[in-house]
Amino acid sequence: MADIPIKSPARQPDIHSIKPVDVFHPSWWIGGALVLGLAVLFIRLLVTNENLQWSVVWQYLFSPEILAGLGRTLMLTFLSMIQGLIIGTVIAVMRLSRNPVFQATSWAWIWFFRGVPPLVQLVFWYNLGLLIPEMSISIPFGPTLWSASTNSLITPLSAALLGLAFTESAYAAEMIRAGIQAINLGQTEAAATLGMTQAQTLRRIVLPQALRIIVPPIGNDTISMLKFTSLVSVLALPDLLYSAQMIYSRTYQTIPLLIVATIWYLVLSTILTLAEHYIEHRLKDGPPLELQLILKSLFKSKFWGLRRGKAMP
Amino acid sequence: MMPLLNVERLSKDFGTHQVLKSIDLTVAAGDVTCIVGPSGSGKSTLLRCLNYLEVPTSGAVYLEGEPVGLRFKGDKLYRMSFNELSLQRQKMGMVFQGFHLFPHKTALENIIEAPMIVKRKSRAQATEEAYALLDKVGLADRADYYPRQLSGGQQQRVAIARSLAMQPTLMLFDEPTSALDPELVGEVLAVMRQLAEEGMTMVVVTHEMSFARDVADHLVFMDGGIIVEAGHPKDVLSNPQHSRTRSFLARVL
Repeated sequence: MADIPIKSPARQPDIHSIKPVDVFHPSWWIGGALVLGLAVLFIRLLVTNENLQWSVVWQYLFSPEILAGLGRTLMLTFLSMIQGLIIGTVIAVMRLSRNPVFQATSWAWIWFFRGVPPLVQLVFWYNLGLLIPEMSISIPFGPTLWSASTNSLITPLSAALLGLAFTESAYAAEMIRAGIQAINLGQTEAAATLGMTQAQTLRRIVLPQALRIIVPPIGNDTISMLKFTSLVSVLALPDLLYSAQMIYSRTYQTIPLLIVATIWYLVLSTILTLAEHYIEHRLKDGPPLELQLILKSLFKSKFWGLRRGKAMP
Repeated sequence: MMPLLNVERLSKDFGTHQVLKSIDLTVAAGDVTCIVGPSGSGKSTLLRCLNYLEVPTSGAVYLEGEPVGLRFKGDKLYRMSFNELSLQRQKMGMVFQGFHLFPHKTALENIIEAPMIVKRKSRAQATEEAYALLDKVGLADRADYYPRQLSGGQQQRVAIARSLAMQPTLMLFDEPTSALDPELVGEVLAVMRQLAEEGMTMVVVTHEMSFARDVADHLVFMDGGIIVEAGHPKDVLSNPQHSRTRSFLARVL
């Protein structure tokens, strides 16, 4: 220790009065420059490639046919989400029940509808008439009250709703179950000692708390559902994608019309993301939202946060 | 006079482990009963059997002469459904070690919830009564705070007010101060003392020996799932008859 020369303090500035220089990361700058270069190339492609035919894109972006398709896509998304969540809640409660029949049924439901691709289901439901030609409601061993042929009941729309809602119900059930199980047992005990019934406890105490946990994944699922609805084009249901396909099958302007569909899907998913952030924030009883904050949080990533040396929130 | 609460040969097993071994206990109306004992002695399980949060393996609990959780029909004995049981549980308020306030509701909303939902009182009436209770526990100015904005002692006082809002005939306390920082214990014990002075019947599982000595009418010492010794706190604390009581008191006093 004694050989280390003691530097004269006069040659060094005061450590408390100057800021240290940050560590320089060459890879940070080189990587950034590479990616920026690629981005510039991509933007040039968008601007200069004439096959994109931007004028055709603008021409069809607000055409009645496309807007009608957009409306159907939105309707399908929300109807199948609502149905999926209702069925999913029932399945989740059955899964948590002590009744072994309920447990097994809900397990099998989730196993089946999470395991079969939605596209297979859509085609299957559409062809249900081949399996069960006629549906009827009757008193067992008694007279028939109502009956109809399955083909008249299963339209492209009802087949699409069945397939999408059932798939969603399996995922929703697992999210809701996890949300309910995350609630401390003490909450139900406290409610029980106050004389609340099981239904009152579920409705007033458990579900409102579980909702906060399951809103973010439900928001995610809604955005996924928006994209899954494009599968219904196989049933010739004129949603956003199928409307675009019908136009380009007449005009052969394939790329511009796919761009039209892409733009609308991006617009819708952005709106849904904003809505999800808003609802999530409201459930947290936080301060009023500022648009800037939401926009910032949309593009917030751990990568950048850590690079800048900030502590994660 | 019929005791308010009567426990007869109550036993509870968890698998092969026998936690309570044929407990007998009576609580007269207006009395404060403190249950003390080492951890694992079964005192919390006993308290939780009183309102059937735990279902006893055998034996019975009578509240005002009626068996809790069980019902005679003719000469057959039936278990009560959860919803039938909830009518009896309303009469037994319970305060937990971990408070268990509803985190998505303010202090006021926590208190008016059960009176509105269970007793179907109007919001105006429930709110008026809730403010009186908040005043009683010294938290009238915290009505609109969420539980996470309150200290442990304040949360526990709101929890006591929440139980009182159902106008119970009996209050059960399960180690109400064990989760609190030492400097917050006093404010909760003060509320409990005040309740005792007003004549509330209370069964308190606690480690606070000074509270037991000053407030209890009846002190119960439990160890190994049985009541080893019971009596007036002055007698039990100053002149314990059993060696197990003596060694426990030597450790905690």
